[in-house]
Amino acid sequence: MEAGMVTPAPALVRFSGIQKTYDGEHLVVKNLDLDIRKGEFITLLGPSGSGKTTTLMMLAGFEVPTHGEIYLADRPIKNVPPHKRDIGMVFQNYALFPHLTIAENIAFPLSVRNTSKADVQERVSAALRMIKMESLAQRRPGQLSGGQQQRVALARALVFNPQLVLMDEPLGALDKRLREQMQLEIKQLHETMGITIVYVTHDQSEALTMSDRIAVFNDGIVQQIDRPDALYEHPVNSFVAHFIGENNVLAGTVETIDKEFCRVVLAGGGAVTARAVNISGAGASTSLSVRPERIAIVPDGSTSDGVNRLPAKVQNTIYLGDHALAVLEVAGNGEFMVKLQPGAHHSLTQGESVFITFRPEDCLALDPV
Amino acid sequence: MSDNSSLRTPSQRIAWTATIVVSTLVFIFLIAPILAIMPLSFSSGSYLTYPLPGLSLRWYDDFITSPRWMHSLKNSMIIGVASTALSMVLGTLAALGLAQWKSRFKPLVLAFVLSPVVVPGVITAVGLYFFFAPIGLTGSYLGLILAHTALATPFVVITVGATLQSFDTNLSRAAASLGASPIYAFRRVILPLILPGLASGALFAFATSFDEVVIVLFMAGPEQRTLPREMFSGIRENISPTITAAAVILTTVSVILLATLEGLRRRNERLKGGG
Ligand SMILES: Nc1ncnc2c1ncn2[C@@H]1O[C@H](COP(=O)(O)OP(=O)(O)OP(=O)(O)O)[C@@H](O)[C@H]1O
Ligand SMILES: [Mg+2]
Repeated sequence: MEAGMVTPAPALVRFSGIQKTYDGEHLVVKNLDLDIRKGEFITLLGPSGSGKTTTLMMLAGFEVPTHGEIYLADRPIKNVPPHKRDIGMVFQNYALFPHLTIAENIAFPLSVRNTSKADVQERVSAALRMIKMESLAQRRPGQLSGGQQQRVALARALVFNPQLVLMDEPLGALDKRLREQMQLEIKQLHETMGITIVYVTHDQSEALTMSDRIAVFNDGIVQQIDRPDALYEHPVNSFVAHFIGENNVLAGTVETIDKEFCRVVLAGGGAVTARAVNISGAGASTSLSVRPERIAIVPDGSTSDGVNRLPAKVQNTIYLGDHALAVLEVAGNGEFMVKLQPGAHHSLTQGESVFITFRPEDCLALDPV
Repeated sequence: MSDNSSLRTPSQRIAWTATIVVSTLVFIFLIAPILAIMPLSFSSGSYLTYPLPGLSLRWYDDFITSPRWMHSLKNSMIIGVASTALSMVLGTLAALGLAQWKSRFKPLVLAFVLSPVVVPGVITAVGLYFFFAPIGLTGSYLGLILAHTALATPFVVITVGATLQSFDTNLSRAAASLGASPIYAFRRVILPLILPGLASGALFAFATSFDEVVIVLFMAGPEQRTLPREMFSGIRENISPTITAAAVILTTVSVILLATLEGLRRRNERLKGGG
């Protein structure tokens, strides 16, 4: 939407052919090429151990790439020590200095830079106002709650106007409600201050809520970098389809390919038409991906032409407040989810035979899992 | 002892009683020699015997007014403070280096650094003597200071190393990301937080030097006699209760040092917050 209209800003950070190994054998980051634009909120998203923190640490200067080069504002930074990179950082465990007060913590990056006393005081007060903690300025970090500590850590990382701010799972230690509130606050700070943020999380909903773009990591490789909606609508492979949002999988074999679409024979019986996204050719096995909200349940088999139709058996319905889910058995998959409008779940009874329909555009033929 | 309330069965009660009894015995075993000496220093008689003929402070007076004792106390202080300072610098640097060094040779190097603790004192003393004699360092303050530094440094490495182990490396990373050079980060962040560790390291170093007698026997000339050395010859030549007064003074100094250390530790805990 908005992001699509503006011409892409020049890259502030460029990872070029980055590889990293800690033990000399196993590559933790396999081959990373990534541009981060000025002013954007980019999230590194991926399961535990996929190399997100390692990537962030290389950018911050605490780890050295085994191969490749990182550019910051077009300058290689291999030989620039962390304290000269002008990159703010927020840690998961906050890393506030326990022997300094909140005000002294926030003043730290300013004192380092020999800012005048008056200036320090003014900017610290402004920062405290921003995080609404003026009254706690003289407390020590140990006397604050987790959420308050994280706000201080944020203020400390932003107060010196770094050209880039890195955040490694900053909300990981907070409870759900506080986390959602902080997500909004960080997002607002990003918008009002116009800073560039690189954010790490393994929580996909957090990534979808906050990011301009998301880089999906798995096993040391970036699987896809895209806007949240594009990742959801157009995943390039099965990993991304699974990792972002809910997803139904049907195994099958490609029969024929016709330009963008292909005909797939399901392993559990039946055949459907799907978008040919990531298949090697006719005869190859594939995993079909269909989102729960793109499926309709119809009592009989009558459909308009060109729409996929498969028989299903109702296993269960789950009521979730704002919507409900039907759990079906479809072509051998006993956990096939269909999203229902609230109220609609009353009309389904366990063991009932129904049909599901979905458009070929909403069914993606991806690499087999 | 809130544990008491949870002792319901008789066997638990017996175990608890046994623990108390044994701990008390061990405690007495450790502390009795020191306690036995103390009253003797207040004796008005000239012999180290009980019962005391009367109470007086004459042996303290003797200690303070004797040029020999005072000179040895001064020597102990000079050598103790200097070797503490030196071993603090060396030991802290070593501990900082070792803490961030990832290598399979690390245990080997660590063992090497700690070896002066394990090697018998006499061997170190003889070795140092033969090493120092040709270069003119025997019978000098510098020689003794260097020798005591060698003995004390491992204790500093151990105590500071232990403190660094519990130090959150993210704090130094945070400092760096905020623009602090390694030296600035050390001064403003690391040093204040490991200060209790440094203080106990310094205490160990000072105590090591203050107690040491073997090396002093080998290397010190008459000018460099330290307090333990003076006590040593005092016992051999003329047993005077002044020794006990010296012992009590030494013990009191140690207790004060320990109490200071504990106070420092508590203050630091408080600063870290939580209460
Ligand atoms: N300092 C280190 N020394 C050796 N191996 C490391 C080190 N740090 C990370 N690794 C390994 O590198 C891999 C990637 O770790 P990394 O911390 O980058 O993952 P991550 O994506 O941040 O995971 P998480 O979501 O759990 O934080 C893991 O297999 C981890 O064991
Ligand atoms: Mg991580």
